[in-house]
Amino acid sequence: MMTLKVNGHDHQIDADPDTPLLYVLRDDIKLNAAKFGCGLGQCGACTVIVDGKAVLSCVTPLLLLEGKQVTTLEGLGTIDAPAPIQRAFMEEQAAQCGYCIAGMMMRAQALLQKNPKPTDAQIRAELEPHLCRCGTHMRILRAVHRAARLMDTAELSSTTQAIVHGSAP
Amino acid sequence: MPKPRTTAGIIAALLIGGAVAVFAVVWRPAISATEPPAPQSFDANLVKRGRDLAAIGNCNDCHTVRGGKAFAGGLPVPTPFGTIYSSNITPDPETGIGRWSEAAFLRAMRSGVDRAGRHLYPTFPYDHFINVSDEDDRALYAFLMTRPAVHAPAHANDLAFPLNQRFVVAGWKLLFLRHGTYQQDAAQGAEWNRGAYLVEGLAHCGACHTPRNALGAERASASFSGGDVDNWHAYAINARSPAPVPWDTDALFRYLRQGWHPDHGVARGPMAEVVSNLSSVPESDVHAIAAYMASVFGPPTQDHLRQASDVRAQIKSPPLELSPTHAAGASIYSAACASCHETGRPLPYGGVNLGLSTALSAPDPRNAANIVLSGIRPVEGERSPIMPGFASSMTDQQVAALLDYLRSRFSNQPPWNGVEKAVQDARLTQTVFVQTSAGPQNAPADPTQRDKP
Repeated sequence: MMTLKVNGHDHQIDADPDTPLLYVLRDDIKLNAAKFGCGLGQCGACTVIVDGKAVLSCVTPLLLLEGKQVTTLEGLGTIDAPAPIQRAFMEEQAAQCGYCIAGMMMRAQALLQKNPKPTDAQIRAELEPHLCRCGTHMRILRAVHRAARLMDTAELSSTTQAIVHGSAP
Repeated sequence: MPKPRTTAGIIAALLIGGAVAVFAVVWRPAISATEPPAPQSFDANLVKRGRDLAAIGNCNDCHTVRGGKAFAGGLPVPTPFGTIYSSNITPDPETGIGRWSEAAFLRAMRSGVDRAGRHLYPTFPYDHFINVSDEDDRALYAFLMTRPAVHAPAHANDLAFPLNQRFVVAGWKLLFLRHGTYQQDAAQGAEWNRGAYLVEGLAHCGACHTPRNALGAERASASFSGGDVDNWHAYAINARSPAPVPWDTDALFRYLRQGWHPDHGVARGPMAEVVSNLSSVPESDVHAIAAYMASVFGPPTQDHLRQASDVRAQIKSPPLELSPTHAAGASIYSAACASCHETGRPLPYGGVNLGLSTALSAPDPRNAANIVLSGIRPVEGERSPIMPGFASSMTDQQVAALLDYLRSRFSNQPPWNGVEKAVQDARLTQTVFVQTSAGPQNAPADPTQRDKP
């Protein structure tokens, strides 16, 4: 049994310590935003944020998460109150099939937290580990820029920010 | 006892003589600037040959910075003496070599002196380029002078006094710059001799793979015994090689040509750029390099062959018992690493079985730490080896626990010392390396595979 902190809540997890975080999120906690793409850390669909950094949850075993804060897309916003990154992706219609988008949003979110005004080149470099078969890359780039502007105009709600930064809501 | 006037005369003569000698060692004339030659004035075949030679010489690796224009310089090269920035070797008349005549270029390659007569620092490996033929230098000149000119002023070097005084380099050359470090060997075949010419000259393999002395010169007595570059260990590539399976001509050829070999894994760090360049040059030259280097490695010992067959047997039946002293590292390995490294998927898209890893049998944990933290970046627009980095998901202690476990399980060498410190250093230096190095341009994979699924 170990305690896993996800989106500000403690979860008691009964799983082997070498279970990938992705399996625990999807199967035990029923948070399905992070996707199983390749299972080898090569496509980015499973990306979540751990202590402010984007992490590939399919190759991150539970035992590495002792005392750390995990944030999934569900922790950023809700359908009624989407976070700036989610609003931006919707407004730019950046998803086609959408399978890669949760991962893209999580890494973009981590980027914007440490660099609120990234250049185009910085966004491209940061999102390099993410594959998108539909080819909405240009929209994704626009969405990340839009999210940066939304966050800049202080539309980020205080509760969302608290969860992302790891303090209790 | 000589008269005071005689003594003064002797001292004066010595001083003047000394000054003349120093002047002769230090002073080099400027070679007059020429109008940049028109690109059309070069023979197309010469340019093509120069292109291949520049790839063998790995020129783009140091003379291009990440995100910058090819050959425009600006790459910081860390040395024990300070940071030296590579120069602009595009034909830009103001900031590049546009006004250099062919004679000025040949002199720079031969003796490390720029057109204006200034001594160049030996980060530019003229101690190897001294062996390059005039004919090849001319082809390189033709290639570089037909590249797009890029306006990129030189970045000031970060060197302390007195090393920031270029005349000091003249003294270094007096001590260490030698003609004839490479000679044809009539007892060997044409291919071996071609390989020796390339390895000891333009390819300057020893610049990374040979250890350096306190003054930064290669130790001739320890050729190819392993050196340092950008916080990577460049492995010994002679009889002291730490590779679990001995290298031979065929393995060297495939590795240098494709960027990976099933018995040795994938080239990464600075070597990834070398194999990326070698994937684009005539196959015969890569084979010549492999043939010569195989003779430098020498025939494998019985012990080495036995070790190799042990490793191969272990790969087929991995141990089921995990050592309790390495429980944390073993769990990390089985959860984060084994899904690629133990599935038997073939290289380069699967991970090499770590029993074959040279990094884990190396004298220090630097390369293994670098690769765990940074992974292997895919080459843009190419199918290429890939490994995710774990810098964001593992603490230094966790990486250290993993490395200790890997060393104990996959190598027959004693445990490393100072693993956690090595991980901290790797975290700092790899961030810089990944940001400044241009990285491989071609996929370091068999080009014939590129169109296959």
